[in-house]
Amino acid sequence: MSEAGWETVIGLEIHAQLATRSKIFSGSATAYGAPPNEQADLVDLGYPGTLPVLNAEAVRMAVKFGLAIGATVAPTSVFARKNYFYPDLPKGYQISQYELPIVARGALEIVLDDGSRKRVGITRAHLEEDAGKSLHEGLGSLTGIDLNRAGTPLIEIVSEPDLRSAKEAVAYLKKVHTLVRYLEICDGNMQEGSFRCDANVSVRRRGTERLGTRAEIKNLNSFRFVEKAIHYEVDRQIDLLEGGGKVVQETRLYDPDKGETRSMRSKEEANDYRYFPDPDLLPVALSSALIEEVRKSLPELPDEKAARLSSQYGLSAYDAGVLSASRELADFYEAVVRGAPKDPKLAANWVMGELAAALNRDSLEISASRLTAAQLAGLLQRLLDATVSGKIAKEVFEGMWSSGRDADAIIEERGLKQITDSGAIERAIDAVMAANPGQLAEYRSGKDKLFGFFVGQVMKATQGKANPAQLNELLKRKLAP
Amino acid sequence: MSLHRRSLAQLAAGLRKKEFSSVELTRALIDRIEQAQPGLNAFITVTGVSALAEAAAADRELQAGRGGPLTGLPLAHKDIFCTEGVRTSCGSRMLDNFVAPYDATVVTKLKAAGTVMLGKTNMDEFAMGSSNETSYYGPVKNPWNPGLVPGGSSGGSAAAVAARLVPAATATDTGGSIRQPAALCGITGLKPTYGRVSRYGMIAFASSLDQGGVLTGSAHDAALLLGVIAGFDPRDSTSVEREVPDYVAALERPVRGLKIGLVKEFFEKGLEAETERRIRDALAHFTRLGATLTEVSLPNLALSVPAYYVVAPAECSSNLARFDGVRFGYRCREPRDLTDLYCRSRGEGFGAEVKRRIMTGTYVLSAGYYDAYYLKAQQVRRLITDDFARAFAQVDVLMGPTTPTPAFALGAKTSDPITMYLNDIYTIGANLAGLPALSIPCGFVEELPVGLQLIGPHFGEEVLLGAAHAYQRETDWHTRVPVTYE
Amino acid sequence: MKREQIESIAHLARLELKEAEVCAYQESLTKILDFVGELERANTQGVAPMAHPLAGLTQRLRPDNVTESDQHERYQVNAPRVEAGLYLVPKVIE
Repeated sequence: MSEAGWETVIGLEIHAQLATRSKIFSGSATAYGAPPNEQADLVDLGYPGTLPVLNAEAVRMAVKFGLAIGATVAPTSVFARKNYFYPDLPKGYQISQYELPIVARGALEIVLDDGSRKRVGITRAHLEEDAGKSLHEGLGSLTGIDLNRAGTPLIEIVSEPDLRSAKEAVAYLKKVHTLVRYLEICDGNMQEGSFRCDANVSVRRRGTERLGTRAEIKNLNSFRFVEKAIHYEVDRQIDLLEGGGKVVQETRLYDPDKGETRSMRSKEEANDYRYFPDPDLLPVALSSALIEEVRKSLPELPDEKAARLSSQYGLSAYDAGVLSASRELADFYEAVVRGAPKDPKLAANWVMGELAAALNRDSLEISASRLTAAQLAGLLQRLLDATVSGKIAKEVFEGMWSSGRDADAIIEERGLKQITDSGAIERAIDAVMAANPGQLAEYRSGKDKLFGFFVGQVMKATQGKANPAQLNELLKRKLAP
Repeated sequence: MSLHRRSLAQLAAGLRKKEFSSVELTRALIDRIEQAQPGLNAFITVTGVSALAEAAAADRELQAGRGGPLTGLPLAHKDIFCTEGVRTSCGSRMLDNFVAPYDATVVTKLKAAGTVMLGKTNMDEFAMGSSNETSYYGPVKNPWNPGLVPGGSSGGSAAAVAARLVPAATATDTGGSIRQPAALCGITGLKPTYGRVSRYGMIAFASSLDQGGVLTGSAHDAALLLGVIAGFDPRDSTSVEREVPDYVAALERPVRGLKIGLVKEFFEKGLEAETERRIRDALAHFTRLGATLTEVSLPNLALSVPAYYVVAPAECSSNLARFDGVRFGYRCREPRDLTDLYCRSRGEGFGAEVKRRIMTGTYVLSAGYYDAYYLKAQQVRRLITDDFARAFAQVDVLMGPTTPTPAFALGAKTSDPITMYLNDIYTIGANLAGLPALSIPCGFVEELPVGLQLIGPHFGEEVLLGAAHAYQRETDWHTRVPVTYE
Repeated sequence: MKREQIESIAHLARLELKEAEVCAYQESLTKILDFVGELERANTQGVAPMAHPLAGLTQRLRPDNVTESDQHERYQVNAPRVEAGLYLVPKVIE
């Protein structure tokens, strides 16, 4: 929370692992979870005499991203060496891009809590290789280095310092997260480290133009941590400045257990990376033909999809936004609508309601849903044709979810068909009226509230299957004095 | 003629005619190598056992009527090429215990052609030097006079060929490391166009300057080998996709009408008088063969040495960062912490010249200095390349001395780095511009060989080899052997 | 060259600097830098820097295929210290 008088300025650097089969400069596999160093070949290990060769798919994915954020895709880009020593960096330099990145200025629009829209600039996005992993536990006074991850392609996305609050930062982060999954260039798995975020945070007195000294916060691997870390850091900086101190430009680690950021003492304050163009790689030339081919292969982007869902199915902007959070979810929704076209809003409510709740409860992604879109559509059809009431439909849904069977099968098996035979409902009403003479008398003498009691009793007697509308109408008539 | 004095072409003929077997040849040369080793120190590793096995396999191929032009021919590899299962030291303590797990592409190609590897030759540490005095394994001696240097960094390969321990050896050239030793040892050395030969498996010194080549007894032998090692390699992004011509056929190109350019700046002060005379004699010979001589100028030539000594150290400071004691190579004893591991492993593993160049390279790339040094050097590099291009618009080939003087004494230049660097003044330009260049023996000064350098336009190896061959057909400088090694 | 400069370069390059070496480096580096300082005299207005001798050539793209298999046992024969497949270094505190 920034106190009045202070403005927070945040820029995010996102590292997204590209979902290629092989690494960016070698033919090793990129699959997650292999035993240590079983996916590190001679090139990844930086063996003397080995040389990098560029993965075509990594380039296409970067171009895809650039086009999706409306950026200029550089017709020529250059790989540069970023030189520093660290055990997880086998060559003693990281192959990255410096002066001429593959993607230049672009932007993304985010929607804030109050519904307003904000444009967030993206300074650049470039290709680089990931480093390996250091393991500090269980090795006594030693650290173990696993280079399986070394050489995995990354796209580093640098935002302009346009974000003004932790909430904006998270909204932007989520937007990029959704986008890279839409484009199928990154699986966005933050726990596995395929989508990482560093936040550059500074504060300044409201009204000043100059940016304050910023701290870079690393190790933010969930949306929640990003928000918490930024809050902590902003408070820390404001307290520091108000107490007469100065903010030091440094790298800080977020500690999720303590909920605080800590200075990284072991890293050098000012690392001189001595960037220079990598002489083992030639400039990357992108023809306009290739760029056009990639442009044509772009899927419908999240914003476009949300707008279309809204206009095509009459959904609110909010609902359309929720349903377009992922391509899989949006595709699922549209398949449900195709199966039950009469009421897209009903379909939206069920996908965002019951289905989402069930997925959440069982920790499943939409792609692992226990119900197919066709099956859900089938249930909605039964609702729409009044075979079941809304309440019963929920029961049917649960039955479908646990068994994987169709709506009709569940309805049949459990005898959940709605009772729409007026005669049967009237008989049930008669029975209830006869069994509750006292309440009947009270109702007829003016206690209107007891109507609900009778509704409940009839529902109980019919195991909830009485058609609510018919029940209401018949009950009103019969209860009338 | 004894086996060790024959050329590759003659040995190939002999093997085919079954005058001798590859095993016999190999045995004879291994004996020579072992005898010469204490006095010459040309080898770091002699692979006697595997050589005999390879020779036996080659003999079987030849018996069965199979095999190609190089089957069964022995050679040595500069210890900068990774050879699977064999120590690859790069002349350094840092890799003294390093057994390469793979073959360099050059090695693979020569193996596939049926050659037999006799050993890994000595070299200046990490290819940094012009005298083979910086090797962890001690200096190499010049076969013509053991008190003198053989040149560097491919001193071991050059000494081995000059002493007829092997008919040919692979080598590398970053600032003259093939041509200069060829000149000082009286043999033929070829540095191909940048990108002609794969750098995969060739331990990197300066990536935009390094190129693999050969040291042999003649242009004919060089052509034979170039035909095998040249060609596109998908593992090397700087390898050029371009057809490999028949270099042996190109040897017969006539010299008549060849336009030779004499670089004015090659004949200025610094060139020793007698050396210049030998060069002029060679040029006169070419004129008699029907070539014409034209004076050309490379006005920025003087800047080639300073430019090189910015670019090469910069690239090497980065290329050598991988030597950190973590995954392979030398590690210091009982490192206290990570920084100590790095600093002492590298401090103890690298020799003085290597460290000096790493320090220089680190400095010129560092913040605040990049523009003044590295960027400036790369701009000068373009000026020099353009100078060459303008020259080649007028002439077919440039000729001049390879070195300013013949071989100098061991220890003579080691105290001052700059004096050593000035040795490279004629050769460095070709590396900066990526041009092919050749050195062939053209006479003697006080019984020490003198080398004539030929520089061609990009992918102009055929012109160079053809001119050299024509000269060698009519002269015999290239057949001379030091008395000790006859 | 000043002592602090030598020390900072040696640290960037992770080269142990013995007391005796500091002077030697100051001398040799100063000489070398003076020598290469000649470059300053060149007129390079508007000249594009040349990173590669292969003018006009561009980077080849490789198809996205997995071509390498697990060889870690063979490779780790060269490693100074390995345990459970991990390369070991003195503990790094983050």
